[in-house]
Amino acid sequence: MKLKTALLGAAAAVALTPVMATADAHTGERGRDGEVKVIYWQAVSILNPFLSGGTKDVEGASLILEPLGRYDQDGNLVPFLATEIPTVANGGVSEDLTTITWKLKEGILWSDGTPFTSADVVFTAEYCMHPEGGCAQLAKFEGVENVEAIDDLTVKVTFNEPKPNPYLPFMGGQSPILQAAQFAECTGARAPECTDENFNPIGTGPFTVTEFRPNDVITMAANPNYRDASKPAFATLTLKGGGDAAAAGRAVLETGEYDYAWNLQLAPEVIANMAAAGKGVPVSAFGTLVERLEMNMTDPSPDLPEGERSTAKHPHPILSDIRVREALSIAIDRDLLVEIGYGQAGRATCNLVPAPAMYASDNTSCMPQDLDRARALLDEAGWSDTNGDGVRDKDGKKLALLYQTSVNAVRQDFQALIKQWWEEIGVEVELRQIDASVYFGGDPGSPDTFQRFYADVEMYANNFDGTDPEAYLAAYTCDKIPSPETQWQGENINRFCDPAYEELLAELGRTGDLDERGRIAKALNDMLTKDSHVIVGLVDRGRVSAHSNTLGGVILNTWDSELWNAADWYRTE
Amino acid sequence: MLTFTIRRLILSVPTLLFIALVIFLLLELAPGDPMAQVPMTVPPEVKEKMRLALGLGEPGHIRFWKWLVQFFWIEPLNLFDHYFGTTFAEGKLRVISWQTRSPVMDIVVQRLPQTLWVVGMAYIVGVLIALPIGIYSAYRQYSLFDQAGTFVSMIGYSVPPFFSGVLLIVIFSVQLGWFPSIYDTTHVVNDWASFKVQLRQMIMPVMVLALQTTAQISRYMRASMLDNLNQDYVRTARSKGMSEMVVVMVHVLRNSMIPVVTVIALGVPSIFGGAIITEQVFKVNGIGQLLITAIQANDLPMVQTLTFIFAILIVVFNLIADILYGVLDPRIRYD
Amino acid sequence: MTEPVRANTAVVPPQPVRVAPAPRSQWWGVWDQFRTHKGALAGLGFFVFILLAVTLGPLLWTIDPTFIDIRARNQGPSLAHPFGTDQLGRDTLARMISGGRTSVSVGLMAMVLSLILGTLVGVLAGYFKRLDGLLMRFTDLFLALPLLPLLLVIILLFRDPLRAAFGPETGIFILIVGVIGITSWMQTARIVRGDVLALKEREFVLAARSIGTPNRRMITRHILPNVLSPIMVSATLGIANAIITESALSFLGLGFPSDFPTWGRLLFDSTDYLQQYPERVMWPGLAISLTVLSVNYIGDGLRDALDPRIRGR
Repeated sequence: MKLKTALLGAAAAVALTPVMATADAHTGERGRDGEVKVIYWQAVSILNPFLSGGTKDVEGASLILEPLGRYDQDGNLVPFLATEIPTVANGGVSEDLTTITWKLKEGILWSDGTPFTSADVVFTAEYCMHPEGGCAQLAKFEGVENVEAIDDLTVKVTFNEPKPNPYLPFMGGQSPILQAAQFAECTGARAPECTDENFNPIGTGPFTVTEFRPNDVITMAANPNYRDASKPAFATLTLKGGGDAAAAGRAVLETGEYDYAWNLQLAPEVIANMAAAGKGVPVSAFGTLVERLEMNMTDPSPDLPEGERSTAKHPHPILSDIRVREALSIAIDRDLLVEIGYGQAGRATCNLVPAPAMYASDNTSCMPQDLDRARALLDEAGWSDTNGDGVRDKDGKKLALLYQTSVNAVRQDFQALIKQWWEEIGVEVELRQIDASVYFGGDPGSPDTFQRFYADVEMYANNFDGTDPEAYLAAYTCDKIPSPETQWQGENINRFCDPAYEELLAELGRTGDLDERGRIAKALNDMLTKDSHVIVGLVDRGRVSAHSNTLGGVILNTWDSELWNAADWYRTE
Repeated sequence: MLTFTIRRLILSVPTLLFIALVIFLLLELAPGDPMAQVPMTVPPEVKEKMRLALGLGEPGHIRFWKWLVQFFWIEPLNLFDHYFGTTFAEGKLRVISWQTRSPVMDIVVQRLPQTLWVVGMAYIVGVLIALPIGIYSAYRQYSLFDQAGTFVSMIGYSVPPFFSGVLLIVIFSVQLGWFPSIYDTTHVVNDWASFKVQLRQMIMPVMVLALQTTAQISRYMRASMLDNLNQDYVRTARSKGMSEMVVVMVHVLRNSMIPVVTVIALGVPSIFGGAIITEQVFKVNGIGQLLITAIQANDLPMVQTLTFIFAILIVVFNLIADILYGVLDPRIRYD
Repeated sequence: MTEPVRANTAVVPPQPVRVAPAPRSQWWGVWDQFRTHKGALAGLGFFVFILLAVTLGPLLWTIDPTFIDIRARNQGPSLAHPFGTDQLGRDTLARMISGGRTSVSVGLMAMVLSLILGTLVGVLAGYFKRLDGLLMRFTDLFLALPLLPLLLVIILLFRDPLRAAFGPETGIFILIVGVIGITSWMQTARIVRGDVLALKEREFVLAARSIGTPNRRMITRHILPNVLSPIMVSATLGIANAIITESALSFLGLGFPSDFPTWGRLLFDSTDYLQQYPERVMWPGLAISLTVLSVNYIGDGLRDALDPRIRGR
């Protein structure tokens, strides 16, 4: 039964529904608990996630706009505007995996009182797939051939090829449903002109916008037409933005001015000290975000002519040797990195895909730290300290590396620690930090982007949307290597290129069986980590947020918007 | 002086156009990409489409021309429409921010109140404190007052706001709980009680900013007064039997104002520029925060427009300073 | 008629050496006057102390400022670590010494660069009417340029060439001094120009001109000495500015690499730990403030000492 695509979520989703219901222990009339104040240290710019894609914007919009289904805190799929998650088992997904049919809940109203129908879902697909719209979530609609309304409450999505993971469009905070009536005039090139619509979308979610001040603050009121008459418990919601993580944490944990603070990227002891004030509690959860080192497989030397640096033309003179890469990896004490940088919100990992469990490899080959073996590996590779200056060399070339990352307090501590360990095994390290807006931007004119990789080793974190790692693993193919020909765009940052990997990846694309998918994904993960050490996993990074002691119902979710269940929030006395 | 002013005003047009061009080229050349804040999970092909949708596919000179037209023609038309209810600008594309996809000028107008309340107020407070301190410090050089003033202002100037702001928050918000640590930009002042709330929330950022202004201006005031206090004309004035008050406050002060006027005039445009770090620390979200977020997101239309408005103010206030020189010292002539 | 301003300098006992005739250069006179200024002497003393500490300090205190001793994290002052340690167990004293070397040299060099530029532009614009318009519009342009993109561009263009020519550390040092210098001269230029405009019409300048003094000597002998006091103020404020700007640069990833401590960076990094370990912000904060204060007093003393009207008495 190869099409046992009862994808992990669906079954569990049914099991979860009662859990959601228990939140209703705190029932009462809508708006009974007054105001709730949320602080995001990155301010929301726009409430249309199709035009921005920034996490802050997606999460802000998730209070107003809803998708058909979301991921819950365990990565399971939960229906929101749909009656159930379609699966092969319940007939919602066709046997050949090319169509998925969503049944919408009955009687759902937009906040303006008009009924929500399948036409809105079809419109949303048209809106995002418009060739001139510049939709940020276009990848969610990749392979979608047709979206049609079967009747008022049924939508059928047809793909141009079998989709083992059909839960991309209309699923999760990134692709919620827009109201067709409101956005009808806003498709294509006109999308950015619709300021009012983008700032005040009509939604089905628990709140509606009262006033939107871009990059500053949003005031919201409870949606009078929300489907559950007892929700949301709060009559108004303020979403303030700006400042930094420390200030946001202080406002919730120490002064109690705010109820919820998003993404507190702070040293664990700073958070612990703030929490000691007793006004609120930090909460943490894990997702798929992995802080990793990428080893450059190509030569970034500035002596090469421009256009050949960091390209496949020149293999890296030092890092092409797997023994060197492995030595660098096992010289790192990951547990210490976790303790210093993330505390409760981090776990040491050697993997690229750390979760969900069925896709996560049990690879722990990089742990524990073993400096002696690292030295032995370097000796074996022919790197030895011939002139006694503490730095290994070979054929007159020093074992010196340039190690770059973005500006970030925790990353700088990591750099300092790793530099010391590498120096202990005889590697000279130069550190470099780059402003995040340059580093993570794709400006082909800048030598400092992470794609261009004009360094030997670089560090950053990445994750994948939802629970299926296929697209994530597909980044490491030869044709996705950034190069001058591709304007330095591309996701294969370390320039890994292995036909065996691509073969296995193609197999993953053809496989619908879940257990089999898990096995292949793990094998792919191991090829990049354990077997080749081109990606050196460091820390599986969780998310830390904080809520005040009087805010109940918060369930931190790293698989979807953090504000996914704001409708269930309430005030405890 | 009038012809000088008119000539300078006319000259400032090509100057400003040139500045606009340099700013544009600078932003073009700067590394950075509006896609930097889009998560890495969005694939590069989609990012490329988003770039095209922002108009980045067009060559630079066309984008610069479009911006010029939007800024100098369509925006004023919109303003006209706004006041007179006409519809000249209907359907014409205004300067649109890439982050928010909304007209830049609307956001600027939205940010002005908190910027003027906090940064403007801090500047006025700072100048009003600085002038008497500078004058008295010079008049009683090396007195206890002067020494204390020097000490406080130099410490105040050398402690950066990213530290002093946090220190104030820890003391007054966390420990004492007197003032809010987060500025509420939606707060409306309509009666005495709400005015007090406003006062409470602006007192800390104003203190931090005013300290810097005071330190700087009082030092220049003091130095300039000292230069003049032992000039011959002061001795002459005194020997003529003029009162000390008149000598110091009229003769010496007037002659000492030139550097101070320069510094103050240079400072006024920066009110509009906002106070990036202080705004960030207290979450005032004024124009400084708008500019820095726009720069971080590589929102070029926003950065270009804000910087250009800033440039206009600089040119205008430097002209005002030049005119004031002539008023303070009639011997200075430009003609 | 009292002269309150000079009340305390008047009581300075006459220096016996001053009776000695001709061969003494005027700089001795300047020094004699400077010595009478207690604040200036104290400032000079402290400044020399800081200079000695950051240059000779590493010889006496040999702990490597980047050495991480993870077991000794977050310690208070002790014998092994007189200033305590940071969150990675690095010795704060060693970091203060090494940071001071960078901060003081960046502060001084950037200040000097911006003063030279500012004074040059200011004097030229104020003195030569033909240059005034052009130079001042140029100043307006620099004032108007957005700093952050400007820095990004400068670094984009010059980081790698400088790194190749001078090595990573000296290269970035030159870059930072240059960046701070060329983005902070405008205020000095405007102030100096304003003063020169007024000076130019004063009687002694007219007198000097009427006897045919060439422009170069006019500027060096008559104009410059009289605009010294605003320049001195600019210098003191400039040092503080440069030290703090440097910290902002590293915070933005545009400055020194993170394993290169500077006072500004130490202050910035420890602000997060303000409540747990207040002493950690105290050291860099004090160092910056006291250095700026000492430069200020030195400036005060120098200005008095260089003023012949005071020196003569």
